[in-house]
Amino acid sequence: MTITEKILAAHCGKKEVAPGELINAKLDLILANDITAPIAIKEFRAAGGHQVFDPERVALVPDHFTPNKDIASAEQCNLLRQFSREQNLSLYFEIGKMGVEHALLPEQGLVLPGDVIIGADSHTCTYGGLGAFSTGVGSTDVAAAMITGECWFKVPESMKFIYKGRLGKWVSGKDIILHTIGNIGVDGALYRAMEFTGEPIKKLSMAGRLTICNMAIEAGAKNGIIEPDDSTEKFVARRAKRKYKFYKSDKKANYVDIREYDLTGMEPQIACPHLPENVKPVSDLGSVNIDQSVIGSCTNGRIEDIREAAKVLKGHKVHPYVRLIVIPATQAVYKQSIKEGLVDVFLDAGAAFSTPTCGPCLGGHMGILAAGERAISTSNRNFVGRMGSPKSEVYLSNPAIAAASAVLGRIGRPEELL
Amino acid sequence: MKFNGHAWKFGNDVDTDAIIPARYLNTSDPKELATHCMEDSTTPDFAKKAKPGDIIVAGKNFGCGSSREHAPIAIKAAGIGCVIAKSFARIFYRNSFNMGLPIFESPEASEGIQEGDAIEVDADQGIIRNITTQKEFAVSPVPAFMQELIAAGGLMAYTKKKAGLS
Repeated sequence: MTITEKILAAHCGKKEVAPGELINAKLDLILANDITAPIAIKEFRAAGGHQVFDPERVALVPDHFTPNKDIASAEQCNLLRQFSREQNLSLYFEIGKMGVEHALLPEQGLVLPGDVIIGADSHTCTYGGLGAFSTGVGSTDVAAAMITGECWFKVPESMKFIYKGRLGKWVSGKDIILHTIGNIGVDGALYRAMEFTGEPIKKLSMAGRLTICNMAIEAGAKNGIIEPDDSTEKFVARRAKRKYKFYKSDKKANYVDIREYDLTGMEPQIACPHLPENVKPVSDLGSVNIDQSVIGSCTNGRIEDIREAAKVLKGHKVHPYVRLIVIPATQAVYKQSIKEGLVDVFLDAGAAFSTPTCGPCLGGHMGILAAGERAISTSNRNFVGRMGSPKSEVYLSNPAIAAASAVLGRIGRPEELL
Repeated sequence: MKFNGHAWKFGNDVDTDAIIPARYLNTSDPKELATHCMEDSTTPDFAKKAKPGDIIVAGKNFGCGSSREHAPIAIKAAGIGCVIAKSFARIFYRNSFNMGLPIFESPEASEGIQEGDAIEVDADQGIIRNITTQKEFAVSPVPAFMQELIAAGGLMAYTKKKAGLS
């Protein structure tokens, strides 16, 4: 069996499961945010739900339109707040503790290797970076799961991605996943598990692994997953609030597709408008002027990302025609950025440094684009209207490229900064 | 169950931001969401022009992107009878069954229907008829478990029964 099949089998009380099989799995954690939880709460009540199955396994994170951007958003957040108090949820994160959900939960040791997790947010697949099975669902699935603590799944077929070679300077997990999506397309892994393996993956920090699995949904996948190892153990041992278990794929496990990539010499990758599959090496872009650069999100708002951006930006000024908006994904990342003097680097360069929020990634607030404007962003989607006006454009990149582009006024590389 | 209406054609990879832009997600009111249905798609005035019972016919990977259930809610509340596509993104597929938007996978119908064609979908027989061109297409079968969910009245009704709630 693959790692995905083993985890699912363990959570439905079976010795073995096979792709295509329908199972009912016990959940280790259920997640929803300020956009998706209101519908889940409504459905939970409508079905006659009184108590969630376990108040320590339902996490509500108001991160999308927060700190409340308008009255309607405030009402939605209030629903979460009141429900959390009524249900005694231990995992409700108020402003000041709140972070972008998929950065926050791994950081706090609330999602762990071997877990089965669902979240009413498509980027719930992020936790595969820890060796967990986690997948995005809708609000109604969360409502049902809050009652039963279970969720039905069709066991996915697995695709194996084997990477080789050495990553160049300023090339990261983001570039690996963009390159892969560029290769297989936005439905290249539809309904499937994406298993990422190989030396370059083993050498990545947990931040890089979480970034890769975060964007598995951008290829249509049910989940992305990476076998846990010593780096994983180091990351979770001091954070875990519960027991966890490492699963590994059998050597004879079945894969519906196996793909190999040599990453030696791969340039930083850019996803051009308006699909994450429109990927090009940065030097193929030509001169693309930008109006805004956003560094943050559940994809690239971790401390490693903020450090990378600061390293590029140090001693430089943001181009006069560009707004650079830096958003640490959690309070801990925010605090660490202050401690390491990174915030000074951003402020001295003329950037805005914000409290944690999903904000501009989905065109919520904190950096909306006008018609005709163009942004480079370290987030995960570049659909039409994703960051504001349907007549604006979003390019996706890693944090180093987004920082360098903010200085250059056009999409470019750190090496171009004099 | 039968659905009758005129077709609105969309291309491949229609994402949930095109179906219901995130700027409107500060509410989950179906009526409000319906007024912005498909606003950032190739047919921005869709919500104004679509008539009750009309049918969306799209290419591959319909509903890709976010998990927002607001997307199928907006389509249903806009009065759309059902959605036909070459394939659906998985969370959208799941959400549609859970909240009761009828969806049909049929690569042949997706190719063989043009904008404005009169369409009839016979869900029980698994047949899509293009009344305008007099052609018939088969619907990919719905997995047995999904049929069970539909028969139970959706996921919440199924869950309610299973959990013994009243």
